[in-house]
Amino acid sequence: MPLVKDGRIAADSFAHVGESAELPGDGAILVSAARFFDDPEATLKHNGKLGVIWPNNRDIDDLVPYLGRLAAVALVFPSFRDGRAYSQARLLRERHGFTGELRATGQVLRDQFLFMLRAGFDVFDVRKDGDAVAFAATASRYSVFYQPTGDGRVTALHRRMQLRRQEMARP
Amino acid sequence: MTSPLQQKIRITGPSMVTANRAFDGVVIYRTAQQGWSANLSDAAIVRASDEARVLLNEANADDVGAIGAYIAPVEVGDDGVIKPGNLREHIRSAGVTIDLAAPAQP
Amino acid sequence: MYAYDEIDRTLIDERVSEFRDQVKRRLSGELTEDEFKMLRLQNGVYLQLHAYMLRVAIPYGTLSSKQLRVLARIARRYDRGYGHFTTRQNIQFNWIKLAELPDALAELAEVDIHAMQTSGNNMRNVTSDQWAGVAPGEVEDPRIWSEILRQHTTLHPEFSFLPRKFKIAITASAHDRAAIKVHDIGLRLRKNAEGETGFEVLVGGGLGRTPFIARTIKPFVHGRDILSYVEAILRVYNQYGRRDNIYKARIKILVHELGIEVFAREVEDEWRQMRGSALMLDDSMIEEIRSRFFYPAYEKLPHMPDELKKAAHDPHFEAWRRNSVFTHKVQGYSIATLSLKPVGGPPGDATADQMEAIADLAEKYSFGEIRVGHEQNLVLPHVARRDLPALWKALDKIGVATPNVNLVSDIIACPGLDYCSLANARSIPIAQELTRRFADHDTANLIGRLHINISGCINACGHHHVGHIGILGVEKNDEEFYQITIGGRADEEARIGALIGPAVPYGEVADVIEDIVEAYLALRVRPDELFVDTVKRLGVEPFRERVYATR
Repeated sequence: MPLVKDGRIAADSFAHVGESAELPGDGAILVSAARFFDDPEATLKHNGKLGVIWPNNRDIDDLVPYLGRLAAVALVFPSFRDGRAYSQARLLRERHGFTGELRATGQVLRDQFLFMLRAGFDVFDVRKDGDAVAFAATASRYSVFYQPTGDGRVTALHRRMQLRRQEMARP
Repeated sequence: MTSPLQQKIRITGPSMVTANRAFDGVVIYRTAQQGWSANLSDAAIVRASDEARVLLNEANADDVGAIGAYIAPVEVGDDGVIKPGNLREHIRSAGVTIDLAAPAQP
Repeated sequence: MYAYDEIDRTLIDERVSEFRDQVKRRLSGELTEDEFKMLRLQNGVYLQLHAYMLRVAIPYGTLSSKQLRVLARIARRYDRGYGHFTTRQNIQFNWIKLAELPDALAELAEVDIHAMQTSGNNMRNVTSDQWAGVAPGEVEDPRIWSEILRQHTTLHPEFSFLPRKFKIAITASAHDRAAIKVHDIGLRLRKNAEGETGFEVLVGGGLGRTPFIARTIKPFVHGRDILSYVEAILRVYNQYGRRDNIYKARIKILVHELGIEVFAREVEDEWRQMRGSALMLDDSMIEEIRSRFFYPAYEKLPHMPDELKKAAHDPHFEAWRRNSVFTHKVQGYSIATLSLKPVGGPPGDATADQMEAIADLAEKYSFGEIRVGHEQNLVLPHVARRDLPALWKALDKIGVATPNVNLVSDIIACPGLDYCSLANARSIPIAQELTRRFADHDTANLIGRLHINISGCINACGHHHVGHIGILGVEKNDEEFYQITIGGRADEEARIGALIGPAVPYGEVADVIEDIVEAYLALRVRPDELFVDTVKRLGVEPFRERVYATR
């Protein structure tokens, strides 16, 4: 499965560590939430970047105390129809100020890229090669956004207000 | 949800497989020649559950051509003429049972 | 009317282009039907019995004559010459080809119409009172807020994959014509003690398999906070709404299972953390939206012009005027309802010819504006009273002046088994037969206000639970049967109707309804005691006795 990062296909620098596999001595790793909570402090001592794969039915508040020490959080779309991770992503970014890598995993398809970007995801485990190739074009398909989110895109309402002010400032 | 491919299939009488054509939505019937026809008279008729399953699997395999394939009952007359086996299939094959948009009534 | 600007237009053009690409990928096999299904639903495309169906949004029920003409053109060019107005201010076309859908949508986009989120598990078309802005005594025009919410809910990045569909309705009148109590969120505009605009917020209403009447979650939310408050509700729902069972996935079930108090506390906690965010509306933002609604330049006209006095001698005109013409907030003007329920016709259908003729009449007599109500009728909202006789003649000529508004033959019905892939039984022929039985205008007038609602399955698109008489089609051993309820209502006193007895077969439905109506006429204490009030006073039992005694 191709990984898209910064809008381009990229190599995955994180190694996925299985439930019972031994933690590698160093390097960037992704572990499950269950594995992480077996012994959070010990896991956080890992010599290298650490990311946690967070299920979409577990309250994100449980992870908040550790966010500052995590390099990545991977949220899960078991099916593209299940939209819980969008809320989790916005909470992580906008309420808890998480600045690490926010990864979308699971059934990650082309037609959801923009929603995911707007919710704060920046890395995508893309299901299909064709979708990964089309990432940049898909992400720039829209130029108008009605809702303010943490991605900072200017909303339609604010653009209108700007236009108004410019008109009024004209002599 | 169980995939239609795994659903238990049991038919109790003569049956056909029907779907809608993907590009325009027209009602179509699976034929014995591994194709589709818009005429019920061309439908492959199956009488055993195993046959029905094979026909449905074939139909489902054509995801680009057809959507929503399922097994439906038919009545086969002594003369071999195929008729829809229930009201829903009757409506799908013959159209709505009502006068279309009411005439103006001055 | 709200005037789109370039920003709004750009967005729907971008949506059409995205959908064109999605259809192309589907037809080439790049997308499976399983992947495509949700994408097409998010743009209002269903697969029905005979073909694909396109559901087009008419936000808060407002249409211009130009837009109605394009709907007529779509009906003619891409479909079979007619369309069906639904109970949620949408219009449906029944035979559109998937391959041609992008072109049809592009034509609609040229007049600022779209089909975004008319289906799918997202926030659906925001609906409102069809008399918004013209009804006397409104708190203020609810369309301003409807439009703010329409924009905010369109392609929302967090809430486009909810557990299930989500419907919002807004009213600003004491009498609720928008059925807000059967919506996921109902908003009633009101003023607080300081005279500031806000909303009573209701949540958890809905019909379907498990009907619930919405409950008040907060008696007053300030207008500036409405987006953050709605978003807080949606965030709680998105995270905790059930996804394991489609029949338990609506917010009404979450509210019911948690209890309204617990649910309200969850929402309040969430809201407290986000109310000060970028979602807060300031006056200039609200004013920006308000400034793009334009209102007719009404003339100063007499309440009783000569034309009206003269026409009062024509009993046919008078029957229509008394039935279908309502008080406008501006003196000299009226609100005229156009009945899409002709005797023997499918409820809510209009032909392309009718739509074009109505567009012409709207230009001539209603400042180019048309409204669509949840009762599946159309409205000309600003008719000068002096023009009523001429308008009536023209409406009568095209078959939309049946004087049966709010009467027994003004039936709300879903498309039923004649069109719908979910239906168990037919709705339209039942409605047609009932309109024939009650075709006599004097009899219908004697019966008075009586809403009959028909659904062809438990999904309740015909809102049968809240019909004064509700008819629900079910299937028994491959035969069509109908359950009948009485005493429901959809307005500010919304309630769910009660079952009157065992289901009856297709051929007996009209007889049973006639018996119910006869029982009512015998049981009511005064001619002005409405059917629904008699049921409220006496309960179901006396009706059951009379109707089922001989069955």
